[in-house]
Amino acid sequence: MKTQYQRAWLFVTPVLLLVAFNALIPMMTVVNYSVQETFGDNLFFWQGLDWFEQVLRSERFHNALGRQFLFTFLILIIEVPLGVAIALAMPRKGFWVPVCLVTMALPMLIPWNVVGAMWNIFTLPDIGLLGYLMNHTLGIPYDMTQDPVAAWVTIIVMDVWHWTSLVVLLAYAGLVSIPYAYYQAAEIDAASNWAVFRYIQLPKMKTVLTIAILLRFMDSFNIYTEPFVLTGGGPGNSTTLLSIDLVKIALGQFDLGPAAAMSLIYFAITLLASWLFYTLMTKNDNKS
Amino acid sequence: MRLKSLLPAAYILFLMLPIYWLVAMSFKTTNEILAGFSLFPQTWTLANYIEIFTDPTWYWGYINSIIYVTLNTVISVTVSLPAAYAFSRYTFVGDKHLFFWLLTNRMAPAAVFALPFFQLYSAVGLFDTHVAVALAHCLFNVPLAVWILEGFMSGVPKELDETAYVDGYSFPRFFVTIFLPAIKSGVGVAAFFCFMFSWVELLLAKTLTAVEAKPIAAVMTRTASSAGYELGLLAAAGTLTIIPGAIVIYFVRNYIAKGFALGRV
Repeated sequence: MKTQYQRAWLFVTPVLLLVAFNALIPMMTVVNYSVQETFGDNLFFWQGLDWFEQVLRSERFHNALGRQFLFTFLILIIEVPLGVAIALAMPRKGFWVPVCLVTMALPMLIPWNVVGAMWNIFTLPDIGLLGYLMNHTLGIPYDMTQDPVAAWVTIIVMDVWHWTSLVVLLAYAGLVSIPYAYYQAAEIDAASNWAVFRYIQLPKMKTVLTIAILLRFMDSFNIYTEPFVLTGGGPGNSTTLLSIDLVKIALGQFDLGPAAAMSLIYFAITLLASWLFYTLMTKNDNKS
Repeated sequence: MRLKSLLPAAYILFLMLPIYWLVAMSFKTTNEILAGFSLFPQTWTLANYIEIFTDPTWYWGYINSIIYVTLNTVISVTVSLPAAYAFSRYTFVGDKHLFFWLLTNRMAPAAVFALPFFQLYSAVGLFDTHVAVALAHCLFNVPLAVWILEGFMSGVPKELDETAYVDGYSFPRFFVTIFLPAIKSGVGVAAFFCFMFSWVELLLAKTLTAVEAKPIAAVMTRTASSAGYELGLLAAAGTLTIIPGAIVIYFVRNYIAKGFALGRV
């Protein structure tokens, strides 16, 4: 049982100040812009909720949001099962364990724009390894700067390459914590592989998998740098995800009002979805 | 058993291919790259690396990145330790809300904050300093560090604290000499995650710097756009950005399996 201790607030004060400085002030700036119109020279006019209405009604926003949901959905549906499958197949002890862990963690520590640049070099139609293999060895026309489908496949494969390891490592951490006695008991009961997975391994991985899904959701929903460097949102607008569109409006066109309104709507959506995951997670905690 | 290890092996091969291609590209001459496809460098060259190590804009990019990443890791872990202790040991008014609010900052899209951050850090006179980037990255690293450390601290039985107090330890002395060693793997994992997310982030780091504190990642984007198509140079710079990450992973390799569960297994 935890003790009630109001002075614990003193312990959290440094964190509170630091994060508040970084979060509240910029957030207030965004709120400020979202309800005003400016023509430069620091002249602002009250605009009410017009920007919000404009953003929520604009087809451009609907399309970017739709692409964003599709992207995040595909990422989760591919990376989570694949990550669990790889974690299940990984060795539990011996020489290969650190080799697997280190090589798998490597993509996550590469700066995001380098990831984009790397995949750009990798997929160049005539001189990239993948591009050359597809076009000249397999004879499948592949150029992600021209073909929207190829661009989508490329950003999905790139993200699978980049982040599946996070799921693998989390799931693996859950798996190695299962005591050997559980498996012995399962063997005595002559449990099938599926039963072992369903009733022993999956429940043990539940907490870590929720963390994995939560992190993957947040990060894929906010993704900017990698697809921006790789495709620049193109061809056309086919891979313009929400963040890319937002930066285009805010820093490219300098439409501060609409960009700020869009930011707040964007943040609200992320928050709502994350809150759903979070409640799910704490509910699991309480049960066990 | 053999069949089972095929999946991880295939996965690792898939992970290594783009990295191999980047490294191979970095040892090729520009002529060879543009002349056509070659699986291995035909004429090995170190010209790309030599250019990076002799041009101050390039190598200062690396130094700048390492400075603000280290600074951020130190700040994040230091302020998170007492906070995580409070969350793991005590209940206080608003503790759950505060914890969730902290986590929401991990969810904020960096793109939302780019412009306001630029204005804020310009206003306080920190624009284009390492401190600015280090502080800005605290936005997402501090919540994560608190979350990780809280997990590890909750795994330490409360009896440890109580015994120490009975033995007459003061709180600071207990915290530093007994508690910290008990959660040192947690501190390592938290530091690893802070390093990782600060090292890989570009949007905020780029927005908050111009010349003095420009990170390597931003130097690369400028080269890619202004100096034409210098793929070999870009590949060499990219290859060099993988090295710090690889070194850090090597040091924490024994904690990775447990550490990724954030102490919650």
